[in-house]
Amino acid sequence: MTPSTLSSEHEALLERFKDGRVLGLARAISVVENERAGFQELLHTVMASGPQAKRVGFTGPPGAGKSSLVAAVATEYRRLEEHLGVVAVDPTSPYSGGALLGDRIRMNDISMDPGIFIRSMATRGSLGGLAATTKEVVDLMDAFGFDRVLVETVGVGQTELEVTAAADTVVVVLVPESGDAIQAMKAGLMEIADIFVVNKADRPGAPRLVKELRQALHLRTGSALKDIPAHHGVDLGQVMKKERSTSPSAEKPEGWSVPVLTTNALTNDGVETLLETIQEHRSWLEQGGELERRRRARAEIRIRDVVNREMRRIAWSSADARALLARGVDDIADGEGTPYSAAEAILGALLR
Amino acid sequence: MSDERKIRVLVAKPGLDGHDRGAKVIASAFRDAGFEVVYTGLHQTPEMIVNAAVQEDVDVVAMSVLSGAHMTLFPRVKGLLDEAGADHMLLTGGGIIPEDDVDELEKRGVGRLFGPGTSTSDAIAYVNEWFATTHAN
Amino acid sequence: MSKVEKDVLSRTDLEGLVDDRDQQIAELKARLAEWEESYDGIARRDVLFSTVSGREVKPLYTELDHASDDDSVGYPGMYPFTRGPYATMYRTRLWTMRQFAGFATAEETNERYKYLLAHGQTGLSVAFDFPTLMGYDSDHDRSLGEVGVCGVAISSLADMERLFEGIPLDQVSVSMTINGPAIILFCFYVAAAERQGVDVSVLRGTVQNDILKEYQAQHAWIYPPEPALRCIVDMFEWCSEHTPKYNPISISGYHIREAGATAAEELAFTLRNGFEYVERGIARGLDVDSFAPRLSFFFDVHNDFFEEIAKLRAARRIWARGMKEKYGARNPDSWRLRTHCQTAGVTLVAQQPENNIVRVAYQAMAAALGGTQSLHTNSMDETLALPTEKSVRIALRTQQVLAYESGVANTIDPLAGSHYVEALTDDIERDALALFEEIDEMGGVVPGIEQGWFQQEIANSAMRQQREVESAERVVVGVNHFTEGSGDIEIETLRIDPEVEQRQVAKMAEMRSERDDTVVTSTLAALTEACRADENVVPYILDCARAYCTLFEIRAAMEEVFGSYKEPVFF
Repeated sequence: MTPSTLSSEHEALLERFKDGRVLGLARAISVVENERAGFQELLHTVMASGPQAKRVGFTGPPGAGKSSLVAAVATEYRRLEEHLGVVAVDPTSPYSGGALLGDRIRMNDISMDPGIFIRSMATRGSLGGLAATTKEVVDLMDAFGFDRVLVETVGVGQTELEVTAAADTVVVVLVPESGDAIQAMKAGLMEIADIFVVNKADRPGAPRLVKELRQALHLRTGSALKDIPAHHGVDLGQVMKKERSTSPSAEKPEGWSVPVLTTNALTNDGVETLLETIQEHRSWLEQGGELERRRRARAEIRIRDVVNREMRRIAWSSADARALLARGVDDIADGEGTPYSAAEAILGALLR
Repeated sequence: MSDERKIRVLVAKPGLDGHDRGAKVIASAFRDAGFEVVYTGLHQTPEMIVNAAVQEDVDVVAMSVLSGAHMTLFPRVKGLLDEAGADHMLLTGGGIIPEDDVDELEKRGVGRLFGPGTSTSDAIAYVNEWFATTHAN
Repeated sequence: MSKVEKDVLSRTDLEGLVDDRDQQIAELKARLAEWEESYDGIARRDVLFSTVSGREVKPLYTELDHASDDDSVGYPGMYPFTRGPYATMYRTRLWTMRQFAGFATAEETNERYKYLLAHGQTGLSVAFDFPTLMGYDSDHDRSLGEVGVCGVAISSLADMERLFEGIPLDQVSVSMTINGPAIILFCFYVAAAERQGVDVSVLRGTVQNDILKEYQAQHAWIYPPEPALRCIVDMFEWCSEHTPKYNPISISGYHIREAGATAAEELAFTLRNGFEYVERGIARGLDVDSFAPRLSFFFDVHNDFFEEIAKLRAARRIWARGMKEKYGARNPDSWRLRTHCQTAGVTLVAQQPENNIVRVAYQAMAAALGGTQSLHTNSMDETLALPTEKSVRIALRTQQVLAYESGVANTIDPLAGSHYVEALTDDIERDALALFEEIDEMGGVVPGIEQGWFQQEIANSAMRQQREVESAERVVVGVNHFTEGSGDIEIETLRIDPEVEQRQVAKMAEMRSERDDTVVTSTLAALTEACRADENVVPYILDCARAYCTLFEIRAAMEEVFGSYKEPVFF
């Protein structure tokens, strides 16, 4: 790979991209999503100036109302005149390879706003909640000049931890119906959440879920007793909120206590507070050096990704490797080999 | 790396008519045929449809029109697509559309239109064929 | 439990008889087994032996298959009304032949109405265009291209007056198919009657006004469920006092079925919606018997002849039992399910469209044998365009041949006692009750809508039917079998003059310039205030109508308080 040369077709595309034309961005995303020849060069060219946009990920189980919440949050950011990219991921059917991408439906009210660009992606077999190239698509949107990029994971109930590699701030969205805090812990959501949101908070069960989550978060950080008020009748959430707003985040760069907020995306309740909290998290990230740490960790993941992908491509485009693969399969069938002996032969040939 | 390129289709219900049985059936059938289907929901204006088609960079825009407003809606969407630089997209669809109108719309650059009772496999075959010929290289 | 077995249980004190009955059952079973043996030995045709709804059908039904007795079947006009809502049925009055019609402007539809009345039609039924159905005026941006296309455009009282010009509203019953803005169109109608000098208390007719099935299937909504349901209860309340002969709702399965539901789903969702309205009325503090007698229904009549008949019979039984036993209605009129039927538009095909006449005829016969109170027969060319006058006339003649020549109207519920029909009636009732339970487990109709459950069930059923047709397992004549001649379509179709929209827009401009704007503003403001104050909104909308406020203006005045509905879930 020679990351500096671009095909003339991609030159033309880049031209439109740099002119800020939506069609240029849309087509560039397709080039990346389909990993068409030269897509890495294209990314290399546009990413030269490094990450600028604020990236916020939204994840959570199916039915949590993520799309509606993203739509409500996007509406609010538009009110603040931020330019927004939105990536929404839906699952690819393992049977047909096709996908139904329906997240735009919830975003119809904002879809005509020229300050918002929405793109739907199918997972195409990728696990972890994102499509294989979602991270790259976020980079493209960043490079296109959006102030902020919102990423919504697929939400089919599997563990969707990959969002941490695409976003600076991860919002985990739950609803009373999505189970208790124990399930959230089992799903690994405690580890990835920067902010918890209990959506559809008007439903029965919401207050209980909020309480459970708060307790679980305290247990996890070993401070189960630290913030619990001395007597009953005090709303823990209010206490925490006050704490955050009265003491600037800079004063406690050592930690971020994950807040549990409530929203109702349909009535917009709590959305403003969510935005404020995302902003507070942002300040904490920036002032405490955490953003730098996260970006470095992300960069490492990305380099590994690119290398892994290239190594796979190199390996399986080799005729020798494919021939050895076929032979290995035969050997195993004949009882004369194992996957390990076959792999050793293939790697031997590639590294020779 | 994937060598098999996915066909992306926008399935849209323009206008005020809420009969989405056909749109849902075709969207599901397209998914089952391996297409990536962006569904926009009901009550879309031509502007919303074209905006979504451009952002999603789809190959095909398929509209279901049962309201009799096809002579307004198809040309309008076609015109807006061309204006947006998306004239490479195939505009096709279905609904209750008299034969004469189908011919007239075809003259104006709209692709095949399917009537009630059409098999979804016909529509799938049509899209696949169109894609194969226009992306032959 | 079969009829015979049930009888056995009720007579356990008569030991001798028990032995007799046991012996009878044993004999029946033995003879059935004998028949089964000969049946098993012979090859069968390789086709689906199931209804279009996917219900398996046995090769033979006997008295072992159903429990029909006086409690469940009984007599016409008597609880639980399985055999018909009225004692004399078609011997006193045939079903009302009511053809749904409306297109272009009010004047043109008015002419069609006069034509239909002159040809023996006995009731009017208004089809509105999509802008009207969604609460948009003809001159609104979103109406572009759709004005007067699929129905008549009615944007204010002025249009409604023109629609019924020369048709005395005290003498004709008018049904209006509209839901989202139903309460507004109803007020236009009442105000038009006032302008004719008619005493509104004699008004007869029906407004569809069934918002729940809009969320589930048809999608012509404006407001979210709660305020929309409030408006419906406002109508119940107002109509029971002011227009006691008018049906303020027609609880409709038609659109649920057309969207793809099975017969049992159509039945269950419709009746459950009906009970939801009853519960809302009761919650308002209304006496159930004050409004329940005016609740009317609307079912689809699809292809499967016997299943459709069974569906209508089961519908009456479930409704009667629910109203009496669960909701404590005491007036028999509250127990009686009265229904309009329409043949299934979704069964019509574009290939060899003349065949549709035959489909419609069989469906119409099922409606008559199922005991419908009124009927619309579809026109053969509806899959191609709006029906022409000729095809509408054939559709009407189909009903007349059925009513006057076929003899089906001579006796009441002639299929009662048929082993198959009674068994189907029981089965479909059982399926509906099971669906009720599922709905209740979700917390009721509105939560089910919010979770997309209804929409999903309907879409799944639609997909199953589509697969059956595409694999040609389910025969559709002219489409997947017997297709010779399907290529050439040579029938005349009706076209709407594109100038209709401009004419309508011009008329609106004229109307807007002639009205008193201060009254417009003040009545609209009063309406918004009434919405906020939880008052019955009907009198306020009536005031707006009289002031020539437009449909969209009234819609918007209410939307300010009510908000708008967003489709919650898809696929």
